Amino acid sequence: MPTTRRQFLSIAGGATVAGTIPIVTLRPLEATPAMLSTAIRNVVGEAQIHTGKVKLDIPPLVENGNTVPVTVSVASPMTATDYVKSIHVFNEKNPQPNIGNFYLNPSSGRAQVSTRMRLADTQKVVAIARMSDDTFWQVAADIVVTLAACTEEMN
Amino acid sequence: MAALINVPAKAKRGDVIEIRTLTSHIMETGFRHTADGALVPRDIITSFTCRYNGTEVFRADLFPAIAANPYLSFFTVAKESGKFEFEWIGDNGYSSTASASITVE
Repeated sequence: MPTTRRQFLSIAGGATVAGTIPIVTLRPLEATPAMLSTAIRNVVGEAQIHTGKVKLDIPPLVENGNTVPVTVSVASPMTATDYVKSIHVFNEKNPQPNIGNFYLNPSSGRAQVSTRMRLADTQKVVAIARMSDDTFWQVAADIVVTLAACTEEMN
Repeated sequence: MAALINVPAKAKRGDVIEIRTLTSHIMETGFRHTADGALVPRDIITSFTCRYNGTEVFRADLFPAIAANPYLSFFTVAKESGKFEFEWIGDNGYSSTASASITVE
């Protein structure tokens, strides 16, 4: 019996569906925006996050995601009554959403921290500062990465 | 393990000084595979602390997203002559220390 158009389409359709399932389940190892917001909520709790005060210094175009310089600074007088308690840096698409937590105190003098991070993909980086009055301030930066880090094969 | 510490040798009392530290560590993320598919276990530094004459002035939690040979730079107020002590703690019982002294006038 010759294959009818209807039979052919149902077989082809079934194969397509079967083919897409593994792609969905084998999604690349990366944090989702949901993981990013969960990680942020773990630090911030239910508090409201304001935008501003925090400055994120990262090159907008990164050639090598294995070492990306990052500087976070917060506008704060750093006095005994008004200072930055901590700075938290997060990413959107690395396998894990956390980058680093940095704890300061009034004797820090200046609320600024620098380090070098890894970025697995072109993505958003978020920095959040916790002030001494327990308000939270954030800033986000979009970074383009041409060579990804973190999950490449080891030679 | 080798660490590079940059602390000004001298400062005026009340000055805000920058401290820069670099230590050698592989910071293996735990997300990489060898060519034959085996997962390379995580081996990172998880915590860094700086003490100034015994008082903690800076602390950091590090994650696999920190680049190999972790570099950290931060600030503190020069209060008195003395010693900065740095400590890195990591997976597999890793621990490393370094120190630097400062003269405050």
